[in-house]
Amino acid sequence: MIEFKEVSFQYSSERKVIDHVSFHIEKGESVGLIGANGAGKSTVMKLLLGLLEGEGEIRISDIPVNRKNLSAIRKICGFVLQNADDQMFMPTVYEDMIFGPRNYGLSKEETEKKIDEILRLLDIQDLKHRYNHKLSGGEKRMTAIATVLAMEPQILLMDEPTAALDPYNRRMVINIINKLPQTKIITSHDLDMILDTCDRVILLGNGKIVADGKCQDILSNQKLLEENRLELPLSFMYQKEKELL
Amino acid sequence: MNKAEKALYELNEMDELANGNSLIHHFSALIKLLVTIIYILTVMSFDRYNLSGLIIMAIYPYVLFQISGLSFTGCLYKLRFVLPLVLAIGIFNPLFDRHVFVVLAGIPVTYGWISFFTIAVKGILAISASYLLMATTKIDAICKAMRKLHIPSIITILLLLTYRYVSLMVEEVSVMTNAYHLRAPDQKGIHYTAWGSFLGQLLLRSMDRAKELYNAMMLRGYQGEFYYVDDQPVGLKDIMYFLIWIILFWLCRSVNVVQWIGSMFVR
Repeated sequence: MIEFKEVSFQYSSERKVIDHVSFHIEKGESVGLIGANGAGKSTVMKLLLGLLEGEGEIRISDIPVNRKNLSAIRKICGFVLQNADDQMFMPTVYEDMIFGPRNYGLSKEETEKKIDEILRLLDIQDLKHRYNHKLSGGEKRMTAIATVLAMEPQILLMDEPTAALDPYNRRMVINIINKLPQTKIITSHDLDMILDTCDRVILLGNGKIVADGKCQDILSNQKLLEENRLELPLSFMYQKEKELL
Repeated sequence: MNKAEKALYELNEMDELANGNSLIHHFSALIKLLVTIIYILTVMSFDRYNLSGLIIMAIYPYVLFQISGLSFTGCLYKLRFVLPLVLAIGIFNPLFDRHVFVVLAGIPVTYGWISFFTIAVKGILAISASYLLMATTKIDAICKAMRKLHIPSIITILLLLTYRYVSLMVEEVSVMTNAYHLRAPDQKGIHYTAWGSFLGQLLLRSMDRAKELYNAMMLRGYQGEFYYVDDQPVGLKDIMYFLIWIILFWLCRSVNVVQWIGSMFVR
């Protein structure tokens, strides 16, 4: 489904932000992309979406990511930005939700049906006609996800989906992510959330893949995580403390 | 709430006004845009000394304010930063054009003062008409109407993005002003020594936010066209609205109504 082959990227003369990175993601997989600040997580996302152009080969559903195919790639991939305020540029939730589907040629009736389904799935029907600037942080995050889901993407890319959310909204977002059938790539420093939502983890460090494997294996490896300026998820920490006691 | 937050609130309020439900809101955006353009051109075409003829053109904003339920004082308040500029355009006319036009109660009124007031009234009428268009029509619908008039997409994109970026920029000003005042509690405003870095940072931060917003639009299929705005077919009521105003503008332009009414009383 997603093929990243020997991809490198650098901003002007700086060191390589992404250095010969290769990975393959199968349809339906949930992959956590983790790493310290500056490890290259967001750059990988932007390369996938064609927002940045690097060296090497990237293919999504067998379509090469290049300027010619941007429209097709962006129809397949939905990207939930880290800052929901940047994602929601229309005055109301409804207008924001119809933006994508209508741009891709869906009729008004089909769009209406689709957005009602999505709002029901996320249990936010009451937000449909609300003004974006009057939403709380959690509501904004939920509607940002809804605006992307309305486009029916096959692949969902999420940049820090639980950042700045209170525990209740964080749990809501995790539950929603788990309900979604799409192939997912999630970047986050919230390793407990990654543990709850992903089957596989790719650990990036200095623009290279340091580890790629099962979520449980990588996230329970304290040494590996600490070498890459990360910490054990709280759930593993408690488990370890229990064992010590 | 700091000044930037208040400004942001006012900006957002424009979107809420445009989502209203009055009769004017339901007319086609294309027709409203055309009527506004023709109105502004008609207002601007009046001679600089024809103040009496121009006054009657206030009928258009007056009627629209009444029907749409918008407040004229609210409009003046929102445009408080633009209006001084409008007044400033003709400020030197009374100094240079000193020929006496009429003497009222012993006070000579010069042509300079007449042209000054004409320019001010023209400005206020044109700005009110633009405000009425913005407050009764969504920005995306206006842009779509502009595209229908074959205005190049680069211009409509610029207009749309400027509209969206202004709120981002004001948001950044608000965040930065709060951050500044929290570390300079006894200062009024921002000290001039910080102006350079403040503006530089504001520019960089706004550019970052603008880039993110543009990416978000592109990622959801935006390519310069307004497919997501519902088509508003021009119906009979729209044509009637257009014709009524055009005939009225033409009448107001060709007949000095104020002078004509005056002539009925004064021989």
